[in-house]
Amino acid sequence: MIIAERKPIAEITRALAPYKNVLVAGCGTCVAVCWAGGEKEVGVLASQLRLARGAEGSQISIMETTVERQCEKEMVTDLKDRMAEVDAVLSLACGAGVQTMAEIFDDKPVFPAVNTTFIGRPEREGMWVEMCGACGDCYLDRTGGVCPVVRCAKGLMNGPCGGTRKGGKCEIDPDKDCAWVLIYRRLEKQNRLDLMREYCAPKNFRAVKRPGRVQAGKA
Amino acid sequence: MAIPFRETLKTKDFVVTAEAAPGKGSNVAKTLEHIELLKDKVDALNVTDNQSSVMRYPSVGVCLLIKEQGGEPVLQITCRDRNRLAIQADLLFAYSRGISNVLCLTGDSVDVGDHKEAKQVFDLDSVQLIHLVHTLNSGKDMAGNELDGAIDFCIGTSASPSSDPLEPQLIKVEKKLRAGVSFIQTQAVYDLDELKRFTEFVRKMDENVKILGGIVPVIGVKMASYMNENVPGIFIPQNLIDELAEAPKGTGVSKGIEIAARMIRQIRDEKVCDGVHVMFIGREDRVPDILEAAGLL
Repeated sequence: MIIAERKPIAEITRALAPYKNVLVAGCGTCVAVCWAGGEKEVGVLASQLRLARGAEGSQISIMETTVERQCEKEMVTDLKDRMAEVDAVLSLACGAGVQTMAEIFDDKPVFPAVNTTFIGRPEREGMWVEMCGACGDCYLDRTGGVCPVVRCAKGLMNGPCGGTRKGGKCEIDPDKDCAWVLIYRRLEKQNRLDLMREYCAPKNFRAVKRPGRVQAGKA
Repeated sequence: MAIPFRETLKTKDFVVTAEAAPGKGSNVAKTLEHIELLKDKVDALNVTDNQSSVMRYPSVGVCLLIKEQGGEPVLQITCRDRNRLAIQADLLFAYSRGISNVLCLTGDSVDVGDHKEAKQVFDLDSVQLIHLVHTLNSGKDMAGNELDGAIDFCIGTSASPSSDPLEPQLIKVEKKLRAGVSFIQTQAVYDLDELKRFTEFVRKMDENVKILGGIVPVIGVKMASYMNENVPGIFIPQNLIDELAEAPKGTGVSKGIEIAARMIRQIRDEKVCDGVHVMFIGREDRVPDILEAAGLL
């Protein structure tokens, strides 16, 4: 799923300073699961904003809502009636949701309340880790199901760099595993180390032509 | 005229190279001093490429200075700062100006340098880079287009014989050897048995590739502990640390030089590998002292 982190409250209040009627819109999907932009986080952020504005002695009227999937035009369009009453939107969705909101209601300024960080999975309570770089050219079949594109800090395709730390940790962060040591161990366990010995040619960065577009049924 | 490094690798029993680290800024006076001091004492001067991800005068620039001074340069190229177009263009430029040795490296992460917020490239990795140089050597670019004017680089790369775990590193070395290299320069080594085992591993795959053991003098206990804790792939054994600790105050540099020279002698006498690459960063002026103490001058 898509992982995001809430922006610092100071950055959000600065962006909203000129506005008095704000819709704070969460998203019920990925960002809700990673504790960044679901219904609960909408409530917390709305309270923080009211407090911050109160402390400054300036008024703000906040409406709270959470769209099931803010990246879907139809679901965002359902907010039409409420839009007449606000002069700005604060979206807690990922970048796709913020842009959908901004496109449907293109006469209102829409501000992001989160920083979208990566595609990942929960690792433990309150922690998410990056798993996929959406490179458009998946070769997890050759790496024992460990993605070197994002799990190696340098995205190397033919084995570890010379900087692997003792015990197989990453050069730049001793708390993170070296992806190539993980790949080695996985393939060794499966008796498939020959896959790691195969030369991997330079990556095709045209696999996804930016901006990306996928048409169903083309395969 | 310097002897082409490719010839030296074929003919010389014990090959000696040293590192030339470009400075920060356009003033090359100090670099020129180091080149003048070292160019006739070593078989080649190897020039780092934004070493440790710290922005500096370019590798190709110092290689040209070495060439102009009559030395033999080795151009280091990392994959961190350039995509495949830029790397190919730089190689064409370097070769057209008489630089014919290249050391293909991955490159450190920008995280360890002085421009931490930069976008790191890594369009290619070091194995792909070696293949790329061979492609250019064959008269074509990576896209298959004919080159007007071929190139002919002598290709080297690096390896970390002290990595833990070692096996994934050795698989990468295998890939580099299959891609085709004439020499391997190792990360700093302090355990010569480890270096010997590495040489034996490489020999089994390729009898012709020359291995240059990386020598970085350690000039004090503090530096040794720092390196053990912070420099990945480096392991300084306790007996060396004890020896440094016993050195009288103020004699750290000469002790470091003495230990480095002793290691070089041992590498040569016991044929641990085919030569050494001396890296004495910031103390390039003392490299001749190491070579002299090792009996190489």
